[in-house]
Amino acid sequence: MRQFLRNTNVTFLAGAGLVFIIVQALINLGILNPYWQGVIFWGAAITMVSLGLNLIYGFNGQFSLGQYGFYAIGAYASADITYRWVRNDPSALVVVIFGSILALIFMLGVNAFLRRFYGVFTPTKFLLNFLAAVLGFFLAVRFVNPAIGQSLYQALNGLPSGISQQIVFFLALVGGATLAGIVSYLLGIPVLELGSDYFGIATLGFTIIVKVLLDNTDTILPFPEMKGARGMVGIPKWTTWPWVFFSFIAVVLVMRNLLHSSTGRAILSVREDERAAELMGIDTTSQKIMAFVVGSVFAGLAGGIRAHDLAFLHPTTFGFLPSFNPLIIIVFGGLGSMTGTIITGFFWIFLLEGVLRLYLPEGFETWRFVIYPIVLLLMMLLRPQGLMGRYEIAFLRRPLPPPKKEPSLAQKLIPEAGEVKA
Amino acid sequence: MKGRPENLGPEVEARPVILEIEGLTHYFDSLRAVHDFSVTIKEGELVGLIGPNGAGKTTVFNLITGVYRPTAGSIRYEGAPLIGLPSHEIIQMGIARTFQNIRLFANLTVLDNVLIAYHPHSGYGLTDAIFRSRRFRERERVMIEQSQELLEIFGLADRQNDVAGGLPYGLQRRLEIARALATQPRLLLLDEPAAGMNPQEIDQLMELIRFIRDRFQLTIFLVEHRMRLVMNICEWITVMDFGEIIARGKPEEVRSNPQVIEAYLGRQAIR
Ligand SMILES: Nc1ncnc2c1ncn2[C@@H]1O[C@H](COP(=O)(O)OP(=O)(O)OP(=O)(O)O)[C@@H](O)[C@H]1O
Ligand SMILES: [Mg+2]
Repeated sequence: MRQFLRNTNVTFLAGAGLVFIIVQALINLGILNPYWQGVIFWGAAITMVSLGLNLIYGFNGQFSLGQYGFYAIGAYASADITYRWVRNDPSALVVVIFGSILALIFMLGVNAFLRRFYGVFTPTKFLLNFLAAVLGFFLAVRFVNPAIGQSLYQALNGLPSGISQQIVFFLALVGGATLAGIVSYLLGIPVLELGSDYFGIATLGFTIIVKVLLDNTDTILPFPEMKGARGMVGIPKWTTWPWVFFSFIAVVLVMRNLLHSSTGRAILSVREDERAAELMGIDTTSQKIMAFVVGSVFAGLAGGIRAHDLAFLHPTTFGFLPSFNPLIIIVFGGLGSMTGTIITGFFWIFLLEGVLRLYLPEGFETWRFVIYPIVLLLMMLLRPQGLMGRYEIAFLRRPLPPPKKEPSLAQKLIPEAGEVKA
Repeated sequence: MKGRPENLGPEVEARPVILEIEGLTHYFDSLRAVHDFSVTIKEGELVGLIGPNGAGKTTVFNLITGVYRPTAGSIRYEGAPLIGLPSHEIIQMGIARTFQNIRLFANLTVLDNVLIAYHPHSGYGLTDAIFRSRRFRERERVMIEQSQELLEIFGLADRQNDVAGGLPYGLQRRLEIARALATQPRLLLLDEPAAGMNPQEIDQLMELIRFIRDRFQLTIFLVEHRMRLVMNICEWITVMDFGEIIARGKPEEVRSNPQVIEAYLGRQAIR
């Protein structure tokens, strides 16, 4: 029994369950008003985005400024799905879901095909993957949607409305996250595979491009409902505490289990010494792309959660200055510490968007970007490793295997080899 | 045969070739680091590569492992051409190496350093890891056991959970070799494994090299300045100077070769 209680998995799950119940109770009792609910939901979303960035930068060592671009993709894509759905239009749902599936299948096919050749030219690889993705979405728009759109809508709407809404929301979140993942993969091939030192600049450029496209969703892009720079209104407000909680736990668990595996060690080795990792047989390029894609999927999921809490999306939310938030959070919390990111992420929103917004006078927002850099500078001087360094709570810490007990065959056979001391 | 001394005996010559380098040439901009370098190594051999500082020895290793692409020449491993392949593929084909200036994953534990090199053989994928499948648990257990066994051979078993960067220098050198072995090579390239060691440590290292060579059935190609080690364990030696081969032969032949003495005495004495 004691063993059972000391098991960190049990402790963590029990703690998480308790948090879930308490918050849900506070909401039901009306103690947690919508304002503070929003703060918690927002904190969870920002933390998920930041965890993704920590995977990319803190654990894998690739300095990225693209995280908000993927956050935006997840937000707008999922919002478009539900926006249209509640207006009796299943097209976005069908296109994003089936387009993603087709794109993934085609991309898998392309890569399986390319593996048969030595030294494929990276631009070729990018182009083929890009075409595969485009073909997937094109087929979804052109054929899948006309063919099954209406019948899918009828079928789902045949269910009790509560259930169909939950299913559509689930698919919207998954769709937004998947889309973010596909885009990050396509971006990752040229930038990471070419081994560019300019990954940071390229990803910053990506965030800016996404912002510009969002400003022009109704002019350049064929999405009038997103209303460009005026902001997208009328997104159903479907984000509830259980959705936030389970998305968040899923992100934490996936990231933790990933990091505590052989792949996780390979990810770390790239940060430690990329050349040495490559010379230990690790395909460092795919490790970098993988971490980048997983981190972006987290951001995409968070975008969906955030969009359906705000019920309103505006391109400035994903602009240049806010895009530094996740970076500030992970630097504060400690690069390479999930614990640090989780604490700082929630604290960040709680303090800046919760407490300070209530108690500081109007116009405070203008000062934020004076205060942030100063605080960040102080942090860098006083505690450069961040709040938590690389500390992790027990559940998130990589387990240290116990030493082996009985001497191995090798040692028994040749004691002198085992006994040599430096 | 090209790239080998002639007097190694029929028993060795009958063995299959594992590494065949021909006419290898590499320029760094206008600096000729390696020129027309040829070496043929047979399975199970222990071959030395020596030469004064800056002779191009490390560059040869870097060319074999795909760090640089040579200006000219060919490298074949078990008959397959290596030039143009990315490093990780070359390593996965069965070549492992250590680094002259230690390149451990300094912030990770000793055990993790070895486990990382097992990664290409982990035998499970992303979904196994995320869902903690049975295969994940089983393979992790086996990998950890194998790594621990390696650490034991290198006298590192009780340091497995220490941070690699914190190990004393001699142990870091050994961990480099242990990590290289975890990639499961058939050909091991050692770049100055005895650098910075005292004579007693060198003797232990020689013991260790002989042991792992038998136990893992390795072919070993090593760069070393320390004559104590080279002359004792290498079956034959290639000497380079200014990127070119100036001599090759059995240790005693090389030692008395006037060209070799000249190359070394010109700048430094044979230690
Ligand atoms: N990346 C590089 N760029 C430019 N020049 C290089 C590079 N690496 C090595 N060189 C040069 O190539 C020559 C051969 O270097 P290399 O490291 O192969 O010598 P070495 O025989 O290993 O010497 P040492 O005994 O000092 O390790 C040297 O003149 C060196 O300065
Ligand atoms: Mg060298």
